[in-house]
Amino acid sequence: MSETTKIVALHGGLLVLLVTLQFLLPAYHHGNLARIMVLASFAIGYNVMFGYTGLLSLGHALFFAAGMYGMGLAVQYAGAGPVVALLAGLAVSVVVALVVGLLALRTAGVGFMIVTLMFAQAGYLTILYFTTWTRGDEGLVLQQAQRTIGSLDLSQPGPRYFAALLLFAICFLVTLWMVRAPFGKVLIAIRENEERARMLGYDVFRYKLAAVVISGTLCGLSGAAYGLLFGYVGATFASVQYSIFPLLWVLLGGAGTVIGPLVGTLFMFYLIDLSSSVTSAYMLVAGVVLVLLTLFAPQGLVGELRARVWRWLP
Amino acid sequence: MDFGPYLLLASLEGAVTAAVLALTAVGLSLVFGVMRVVNVAHGEFFMLGAVLAWWIASHIGGDPALGFIAALILAPLAVGALAALADMTILRRVNYDPERTIVATIGILYILQQVTLMTYGPEARPVEPPFNSRLALPWFEWGETGLQMYFPWGLSTTSYKLFVIAAAAAVLMGVWALMARTRIGLLMRATQLDRDMALAFGIPVERVYAMVFGLGGALAALGAVLIVPIQQAHYLMGGDPLLLSFIVVIIGGLGSLPGTVVAAILIGLSDGIISVFFSPTLAKILATLLVALVLVFRPEGLFGMKTR
Repeated sequence: MSETTKIVALHGGLLVLLVTLQFLLPAYHHGNLARIMVLASFAIGYNVMFGYTGLLSLGHALFFAAGMYGMGLAVQYAGAGPVVALLAGLAVSVVVALVVGLLALRTAGVGFMIVTLMFAQAGYLTILYFTTWTRGDEGLVLQQAQRTIGSLDLSQPGPRYFAALLLFAICFLVTLWMVRAPFGKVLIAIRENEERARMLGYDVFRYKLAAVVISGTLCGLSGAAYGLLFGYVGATFASVQYSIFPLLWVLLGGAGTVIGPLVGTLFMFYLIDLSSSVTSAYMLVAGVVLVLLTLFAPQGLVGELRARVWRWLP
Repeated sequence: MDFGPYLLLASLEGAVTAAVLALTAVGLSLVFGVMRVVNVAHGEFFMLGAVLAWWIASHIGGDPALGFIAALILAPLAVGALAALADMTILRRVNYDPERTIVATIGILYILQQVTLMTYGPEARPVEPPFNSRLALPWFEWGETGLQMYFPWGLSTTSYKLFVIAAAAAVLMGVWALMARTRIGLLMRATQLDRDMALAFGIPVERVYAMVFGLGGALAALGAVLIVPIQQAHYLMGGDPLLLSFIVVIIGGLGSLPGTVVAAILIGLSDGIISVFFSPTLAKILATLLVALVLVFRPEGLFGMKTR
């Protein structure tokens, strides 16, 4: 089998598996998997920057929340339908990503991490400051009528699962196509050796800016979809915790792999789900996993798999 | 109250914040200066100091002063030891790589925070101050009969708050003396200037790193023990000091101790004053944006040297 056949078989097979699971899973796990697919799309967006371009951001909650609030506020105050609201969320996140990228990319390394962290914190505080409209920590609850496209009711498990799957498939295939295209190869070159990429004549800043905007857009799209599918828009999604989560999922699954974000999100979701039945301090699991990963498996699960068995994984 | 006395009151509250902030931020700045890593778990060392202070004080009982003094000595020692241990077991193993260190310290942050939640619980608990007499403050005003002195209603502070300011100043002098006048300080400064050269001259760099990380944690814990009679101990209290310390350390120039202290006083005072007259959330939004923009437009100048 050629490499391309293997890649198509693996990634296509995964999508087919997700479609069939819709009919097989019991209700509880069915609902979980819909949520996991939306969160995994968020992680895929994060992976474009962290895994492929080598830009470690600590502020991706800002993009997720930008999409979510762009959508939520449009529904709540402009009476927009779900599709228009989704586009509004997308537009807001593109603008936010562009502004953050233009400013933050002037720094590198630790400076970049702190700048993104500070922008996200400022965004979170801004949401709290305008509590009158955003309802702050309490959040906005979207009614069933506001979440219906035609006859498709997104608050019902079936349509919700398919909407989540559609979102996931879009993000998944976009990254798969991107990393195999020349554009993605340049991003990887920048990750591996930025100076050399510059010497070869690539405009590194523009490529990095494009990576930030693509990443921010995918994250914003997931945020908007999350709010729409689960009917809730809250300030929690803008807090530091939601900047740490995608980092954790991607690290766990394997940075710089296309299926890594899904694997990491799935693993972490069930780890926290199981531990929260034992203790309320479930974030302890996240902390321990982060430390163990940096110590023993900086490549993540899929990364280790690629290093040992499937060398062709994109 | 008139504007003048009100401003004085706000400045006094700000000065207490500034004193504690200076201790915490100097700890963070030392770690960055010598080790060139950012410790995201710094706020949790602060929180642990406060929680341990409550634990020690409530177990000793008797006179509140006795428990407080015990906490003032034991809590920073315990937190410092824990920080040094974290350095030796985790940070040394990731080789102080800047990005992996940040991820690892985020992990440490959640571990410390959640273990505290599991053992200490979600309640906020106070520590009784060793002494706490109310001091009314005079205000001078130019009246019809010349300069008048009177005591405006509500303009007062407590002896304990003044003690916090004095104690923080004394500790900062101590840190300065340690860095400038002792052999340990010399080793730390040598490691800060050039790690490889220090290693070549036989300085046990790894032990210096563990010591610096421990000292940084201990300073944060000390600041927390001082503030806990005014502010209660809670498992989530580490967030604000971490954010404010970041701001102070970046504005003051990472790794520069005098710069850090000056910035702490500036930020502490203005935080106190802005929070009294405007919304505290607005003050924080402006401060975080200021830091981001400083890093974007003057990264070398304020980091001391280029990062990476």
